[in-house]
Amino acid sequence: MLAGLLGSLVGLGGGIIVVPALTLLMGVDIRFAIGASIISVIATSSGAGFSYVREHITNLRLAMFLEVATAAGALSGTAIAALVGGRWLFVLFGAVLTYTAWSMLRAGQRKAEVALPSKDTWADRLKLHGSYFDHSENREVTYRVARSPVGFLVSYAAGVISGLLGIGGGVLKVPVMNLSMGIPIKVCTATSNFMIGITAATSALVYFLRGHVQPFIAAPVAVGVLLGARIGAHLLGRLRSQSIRWVFLGVLIVSAIQMFLKGVL
Amino acid sequence: MNQLNQHPLEVEVVISEVLRRGVYTSLGLIGVGTLLAFWQGDYGSAGGTTLDYIRLVHGSSDVHRSAAWLLNGLLHLQGSAAIVCGLLLLIATPVIRVLISIVTFAIARDRAYVVITSAVLVLLVLAFLLGGAG
Repeated sequence: MLAGLLGSLVGLGGGIIVVPALTLLMGVDIRFAIGASIISVIATSSGAGFSYVREHITNLRLAMFLEVATAAGALSGTAIAALVGGRWLFVLFGAVLTYTAWSMLRAGQRKAEVALPSKDTWADRLKLHGSYFDHSENREVTYRVARSPVGFLVSYAAGVISGLLGIGGGVLKVPVMNLSMGIPIKVCTATSNFMIGITAATSALVYFLRGHVQPFIAAPVAVGVLLGARIGAHLLGRLRSQSIRWVFLGVLIVSAIQMFLKGVL
Repeated sequence: MNQLNQHPLEVEVVISEVLRRGVYTSLGLIGVGTLLAFWQGDYGSAGGTTLDYIRLVHGSSDVHRSAAWLLNGLLHLQGSAAIVCGLLLLIATPVIRVLISIVTFAIARDRAYVVITSAVLVLLVLAFLLGGAG
């Protein structure tokens, strides 16, 4: 349930909580733990998603646009996974996450908004700009999307990484959408949350057909995560954007440590 | 919220509805299935104690996953079959969402997004086929 709450707030899958909790605390076989965690990603995505979509916090067009890149990246990632060794990749990814955490920390300390290139032909043509009603600030927040080609490329890279390492690309997409593309943090997490559900559905089906989804393990996880996601969905609208940044930063640092540990051990 | 409901065919509202129904239906199936499974003794002879659950979780017994087993289980109101059905629906929901959004974008005559969303779908199917083979 905690996984669903956190996942729905920061726009990531609950995998970084569910897998360790199941394997370490309950001694579940790792294959079943991963199967259950992919179910939990979908549960987070759909469970919180319908509120975010309705409240226009999720940017549907942006999600679809970036999803093309992510899905293509995941395909290439799985294709080359057999060719390259995994160990140093985890270390590399840990380093990328550390850098991302650092740049988010710096951006959080700066008061003034970073000057963004105002012209983005792709974003204009694809109508990516949006607005949503922020309950914590009690006003309509309008935003413009900048540097959409950069976002597209990073989403591709995030897809490759998730295909290679079997982890969600959300930790990469959220900071890029927030920092480079100038999108409000709530829109970033909600949109990322929306996208991971689509990607996870594919892997979940594959896991299911391999028999790695144990119903009696996945069922309580799914129910707990769904409830957590509902609570998270109610919270997101009310929390201040700054608080969400801090929660995300915490998750980012924990994932970075996990990646380093996986690479070194 | 109410002012958002003025356009019933708005893509956001349609997708939100699809997700909401998918989530609650699967939640219901999983809940009912779990209760049935308890009642039918799937959780073990002692009636679902912690020890029973640990045995269930550690036993890497074959997970039933054939369509025939699922259909048969549903016809006989098997709790475990209802759980599997709920989980499958949960997995299917995002895919249904992609399909529905292609249709709604088409109705809204948003050609660019019909192409983009269809591309997502094609990539997903490709990924599934590759993953299933590997």
